[in-house]
Amino acid sequence: MDDVILLAHGSGGRLSHDLVQKKLLPSLSNIMLSKLDDSAVFDASGRLAFTTDSYVVNPIFFPGGDIGRLAVCGTVNDLSMSGARPLYLSLSLIIEEGFSVSELERIVGSVKAAAEEAEVEIIAGDTKVVHHGQADRLFVNTSGIGIVAPGTDISGANARVGDKVILSGTIGDHGIAIVSQREGLKFSVAVESDCAPLSKLVAGMLEASHNIRCLRDPTRGGLATTLNELAGQSDVGIVIEEERIPVQSSVRAACEMLGFDPLYVANEGKLVAIVDADDAEKVLAEMRRNVYGGDAAIIGEVTESHRGTVLMRTKLGSSRLVDMLSGELLPRIC
Amino acid sequence: MRSVMCLAIPMRILSIEGDEAEVELGGVVRRVSIALTPKARVGDYVLLHTGYAIGVVDEEEAEQTLKLLEEIAGFSEVS
Amino acid sequence: MKFLDEYQSSRLAAKLAHRISVSSKKPIRLMEFCGGHTHAILRHGIRQLVPRTVELLPGPGCPVCVTATSDLDRAIALARSPEVILTTFGDMMRVPGSYSSLQRAKAEGADVRVVYSTMDAIEMARVNPGKSVVFSGIGFETTAPTIAASIVKAQREGISNFHVLCSLKLTPPVMKALLDLGEVKLDGIICPGHVSVIIGSRPYEFIPLDHGVACVVSGFEPVDILLAISRLVAQIESGQPKVEIAYGRGVKPQGNSEALQLMEEVFRIDSADWRGMGVVPGSGLSIDPKYERFDADVVFADTLELALRNTPVIEPPGCRCGEVLRGVTTPPDCPLFGKGCTPEKPVGPCMVSSEGACAAHYQYGGHPSLLRAG
Repeated sequence: MDDVILLAHGSGGRLSHDLVQKKLLPSLSNIMLSKLDDSAVFDASGRLAFTTDSYVVNPIFFPGGDIGRLAVCGTVNDLSMSGARPLYLSLSLIIEEGFSVSELERIVGSVKAAAEEAEVEIIAGDTKVVHHGQADRLFVNTSGIGIVAPGTDISGANARVGDKVILSGTIGDHGIAIVSQREGLKFSVAVESDCAPLSKLVAGMLEASHNIRCLRDPTRGGLATTLNELAGQSDVGIVIEEERIPVQSSVRAACEMLGFDPLYVANEGKLVAIVDADDAEKVLAEMRRNVYGGDAAIIGEVTESHRGTVLMRTKLGSSRLVDMLSGELLPRIC
Repeated sequence: MRSVMCLAIPMRILSIEGDEAEVELGGVVRRVSIALTPKARVGDYVLLHTGYAIGVVDEEEAEQTLKLLEEIAGFSEVS
Repeated sequence: MKFLDEYQSSRLAAKLAHRISVSSKKPIRLMEFCGGHTHAILRHGIRQLVPRTVELLPGPGCPVCVTATSDLDRAIALARSPEVILTTFGDMMRVPGSYSSLQRAKAEGADVRVVYSTMDAIEMARVNPGKSVVFSGIGFETTAPTIAASIVKAQREGISNFHVLCSLKLTPPVMKALLDLGEVKLDGIICPGHVSVIIGSRPYEFIPLDHGVACVVSGFEPVDILLAISRLVAQIESGQPKVEIAYGRGVKPQGNSEALQLMEEVFRIDSADWRGMGVVPGSGLSIDPKYERFDADVVFADTLELALRNTPVIEPPGCRCGEVLRGVTTPPDCPLFGKGCTPEKPVGPCMVSSEGACAAHYQYGGHPSLLRAG
């Protein structure tokens, strides 16, 4: 009979200690965490970046990843999008009573692997256990701290007319991987979530150019929503070319079947960069050298007209508006 | 997004079991009902709507239409 | 993707657009009767590719939009019953009823679930024997046979806790009603693609015969739509309106006989209440008495009567969806468009359904510089 998490595991008593010491710590161990003090204490100087995110994805295991990997990558990427080098993460788990211990170990293993890849340490954590039915299997929160090098100025408000818009790779993979699991779609070649830590990709880009104006990861709401946010924050127009946007053919087919537009489907391992036109090719070349930037492409540019909105030139040569996502495309994808 | 209510996609039948079939498009495989197209055969393309095949794609007609389009394209050469 | 990619060819689209601009001499007005066409026309910027002489007007082709508020209120009332799992296509979730919406009811605890197929609803009935699964049956003739098939399947497999709240509507009768109203002069009709896969092209023959209006059945890819427009222009310029199929790969003049037979077996023709048009005789389907065990209106008659007693139907104030559906007002001309009525805070269904004319206009063409290129 598989071991399961009980309410007692969250009570703070011996079972809680055992859970932490025997199941969680061994995977995540580092000097600060092993001290098991009430807080992690560390030195840091310079400008700091801080972010937090909660993860409620359903299902918690999906092609290409699981909630553990997602929780690390999501927060690492939020830090990277501010131009910060991610350093430390906290990890909070809210576990539904009855959750399988071996599945918990698997998720913690994913957290460890993702943290190692991203070169971050988990230095604080918490576990709570709630009654059956009060948390759908597992909810995770991660908060993260990073360091922003002097002179770095990356913000959604920095785009200028003439800048180029670069996308790091194919869109729609994560959302389709999740929904295909839920809807029982099968693939001859499985569509996997693109969930990945982009800190090294960003570090390479920042070394290649000091004229990167904006970085953002198009998660919920997809590329369309992210571009609209940037257009709004910078008060500029953005024009993109339909033909230049990379989409895997199986993702395109799944979107056709489910009535989705890939522009609005979530991604968890992609970024949009707005870069000075003179540096665009250099940054693109650097991105293509990274394992998560192989399909990077310049997809459009920043314009003077139709400020605050995004237009797309279709394959037919006509233009249409690309609005923000309205309502909910897919619930609980991250 | 597009509503599922007008949508119908052409998908190819891979196998048939009773009144259900496995169909494929661009690498996506799905199990659907062929209750409305009982004469469909393996290899046929069907139009899929909300989980049901609603018609078999007439490949000959499709070819005719493309031929017609190419003719139009030929006559429409801009000088 | 075969049978899709070829019809997205920008080369063929350009040639067709050129052909249309050369052959279109007099100003004409074409109406599409399918939300899928409205959506495709805006998504691909078709209006920018055809000359000024061709006006494209959206008609009552969005099944969610034409559903009367009272029908939506009934679905919400059933959703609130503790023993009911209300299943629906996603589109219905955010449409405002008189007092609430399915989305709101769900947030307040009602068991409402979005499905992609009636087959999902039947499965849900199978695995939840203690509950009644009610499927919100909104749609036209494309969806009707799938609902008929699901009722037959439920009967065959002895699934007694599956029911349909039937609100299905028929296309040719509403076309007739609109043409008889004569509010808007039409020269041609882009006939629905997938409704026609089921009913064929013969039901449209009264249109050129009685009204002198040209008809072409169209597919949904940009090349399909431009081909249909090109054929309509040719018919109108020659003064010889008829019914043509420009979607031959999917549509036969006689339609899908198995689907039509199944519909005849499970449904009877009834009058239906259309938003914007009122009650139109012979324009809807209701479930035949021999399948009344599956008819939510029968099985839940008491529940519905109780829930809806003393709750008059309230149409959203200022809403012009009815006029938009009849082609009398275009979405940008509605005073609420983009101001009091947006996809986030819709007043009426045309703005919230993903195939509603207002939603499509808002999503793809809100910007003034996009409306009517040179």
